[in-house]
Amino acid sequence: MSGTTGAAASERILATISEHLGLEGPLLPILHAVQAEFGYVPQDAVAPIAKALNITRAEVHGVMSFYHDFRTEPAGAHVVKICRAEACQAAGADAAVAAAEKVFGTALHGTSADGKVTLEPVYCLGLCACGPSAMVDGKVVGHVDEKKLGKIAKEMRA
Amino acid sequence: MKIYVPRDAAAKAMGADEVAEAVLREARSRGIDVTLVRNGSRGMVWLEPLVEVETDKGRVGYGQIEAADVPGVLDGSSDKALGPVEEIPYFKGQTRLTFARVGLTDPLSLADYAAHGGLEGLRKALAMSGEAIVKEVTESGLRGRGGAGFPTGIKWETVRKAEGAQKYIVCNADEGDSGTFADRMLMEGDPFCLIEGMAISGIAVGATKGYVYLRSEYPDAIEVMNAACDIARREGLLGASVLGSGKAFDMEIRVGAGAYVCGEETSLLNSLEGKRGVVRAKPPLPALQGFMGRPTVVNNVISLASVPVIMARGAAFYKDFGLGRSRGTIPLQIAGNVKYGGLYETAFGTTLGDIVEKIGGGTASGRPVKAVQVGGPLGAYFPVSQFDTPFGYEEFDAKGGLIGHAGLVVFDDTADMRKMARFAMEFCAVESCGKCTPCRIGAVRGVETIDRIGRGDASAIPLLEDLCETMKDGSLCALGGFTPFPVMSALKHFPDDFNANAKEAAE
Ligand SMILES: Cc1cc2nc3c(=O)[nH]c(=O)nc-3n(C[C@H](O)[C@H](O)[C@H](O)COP(=O)(O)O)c2cc1C
Ligand code: SF4
Ligand code: FES
Repeated sequence: MSGTTGAAASERILATISEHLGLEGPLLPILHAVQAEFGYVPQDAVAPIAKALNITRAEVHGVMSFYHDFRTEPAGAHVVKICRAEACQAAGADAAVAAAEKVFGTALHGTSADGKVTLEPVYCLGLCACGPSAMVDGKVVGHVDEKKLGKIAKEMRA
Repeated sequence: MKIYVPRDAAAKAMGADEVAEAVLREARSRGIDVTLVRNGSRGMVWLEPLVEVETDKGRVGYGQIEAADVPGVLDGSSDKALGPVEEIPYFKGQTRLTFARVGLTDPLSLADYAAHGGLEGLRKALAMSGEAIVKEVTESGLRGRGGAGFPTGIKWETVRKAEGAQKYIVCNADEGDSGTFADRMLMEGDPFCLIEGMAISGIAVGATKGYVYLRSEYPDAIEVMNAACDIARREGLLGASVLGSGKAFDMEIRVGAGAYVCGEETSLLNSLEGKRGVVRAKPPLPALQGFMGRPTVVNNVISLASVPVIMARGAAFYKDFGLGRSRGTIPLQIAGNVKYGGLYETAFGTTLGDIVEKIGGGTASGRPVKAVQVGGPLGAYFPVSQFDTPFGYEEFDAKGGLIGHAGLVVFDDTADMRKMARFAMEFCAVESCGKCTPCRIGAVRGVETIDRIGRGDASAIPLLEDLCETMKDGSLCALGGFTPFPVMSALKHFPDDFNANAKEAAE
């Protein structure tokens, strides 16, 4: 991931858009691809997406804001999602969330002061029989507790 | 030597990738020839990672394996040996029709798939008329496994008869309900089964294009499904001439974006079209005006993945299982605070008590069961006094509940049901698509009202009841309309948890 502004970035944005233009209903695939490329959907991407799809910029914003997944700001270096849904609650998710906030040094929805970790709630990862569950940079983790999370936090800051 | 280490996300979450690496490392250092298969999960999640070794006595299992256990597994000396996997009572007691191959085969080997009964259903279907295929599915009694329980054959017939140059098959793989993972396990463990089911559906109704709307929370399933579609296309299972029949069907995997409401079929279609996932009013039915305004079958993963076995073995065979108007088998997903959590496919009709106590083994904590939420966040909390309820659509409906996608979440006696009711309202408020006031605003009021009750204001209880009535009556879809189920069932069956004074007295 290099810069998110400037000529090189806008070329990457245009290339990402054009890769998906042949699809039926291309907007979500484009937003996902832009986010995969930059880590978030930069403001500079909105106008070219709107233009390519022949919709307004407000429509692009409207779609982005509807979905929990799309970021308008970069996240921390690592993203930890911790499940708060019922099955994980039954297995002790509240304690797991508290432990996560402690070891990663941020409340839910926040990023640690050193910019290393963004901590977010998630509602079910399909790991409901081995909860409490979490996802660390896209990798699944079951039976999370302070010890497991602490080890992960330590590795991130090593 | 052939060794199986699951690639299922639950197995990975418990360390399967590290175990797989250790197997290869150990084999190299011993100079032995090992074939490592990354299979799906057998569904016994508490045993994951469950490693299997092929022997002359069949496949023997080793449960809860860590990298350090691998030498013992290779020697056959590990004290974590479980004997033949298919003899484990939890596995042996099942009737695996839809999940017959999950855990057994290599998910990405089409040859393995075909060797274990795969493609039989599609081959039969290709020799039949669309009308005859739909008739077979209708006669099987298959009802939608996504929650609403609508007869699959009737939906297909509407799409088959609809006029349209382009029709679609859309698979709902949004699986947002807490306590459910059957779709994920099927897609990760037997992706060709879903592809086959979608192809049969397409051939039946005259749709040449399919989409799987797969939630972004499932990166492993996305990876497997994409790989399986590539293989299927290469091998002629998908494309301009399905298995050389001259009939076309192809499909794409589309990734959701973290909105629970997009599991609702019309919201899903809007999302697939690249719009906000706002629920559409019905009519028009998606069957007539669905994706891009064209005739569309929208079915859950398990509904579609049950079609191949129905076509292969016949409607009568499938229909023979079950209870009342709930025909066939259902993959129960037993989760939460439970000893033997996992997936258990069986005919409809097992009582809730047997599922929780006999199959699930009671709570993991060893404490008494307090409540079981059945059917996801919109499902009711069942107290132990209703454990005699048989698992079926009508049977659960009669008790003021629903089976939904067949997830069961077990809570022990430390659960605070007022807190769970509050959570249901909070979840509804966060996930509401915003179209109806009773859902969007009502859920926020619901949280506040439950907080008032929590502060000891018993006069807020009737307000909560009224609010739930308003949400039930005034909501366009089941998110706002069914959130009252968990809330009201918690209030009805566990009134003490809502009575601050009684609670203090007890403490
Ligand atoms: C809020 C809400 C969420 C839903 N989530 C899902 C889901 O994740 N998966 C699913 O298959 N159906 C879900 N449904 C049900 C679908 O609207 C629809 O009934 C189903 O996809 C039809 O397929 P089936 O007949 O095969 O069950 C949901 C419904 C509502 C109201
Ligand atoms: S009930 Fe809620 S989620 Fe459903 S359509 Fe109305 S506002 Fe949207
Ligand atoms: S409820 Fe947490 S993973 Fe399903």
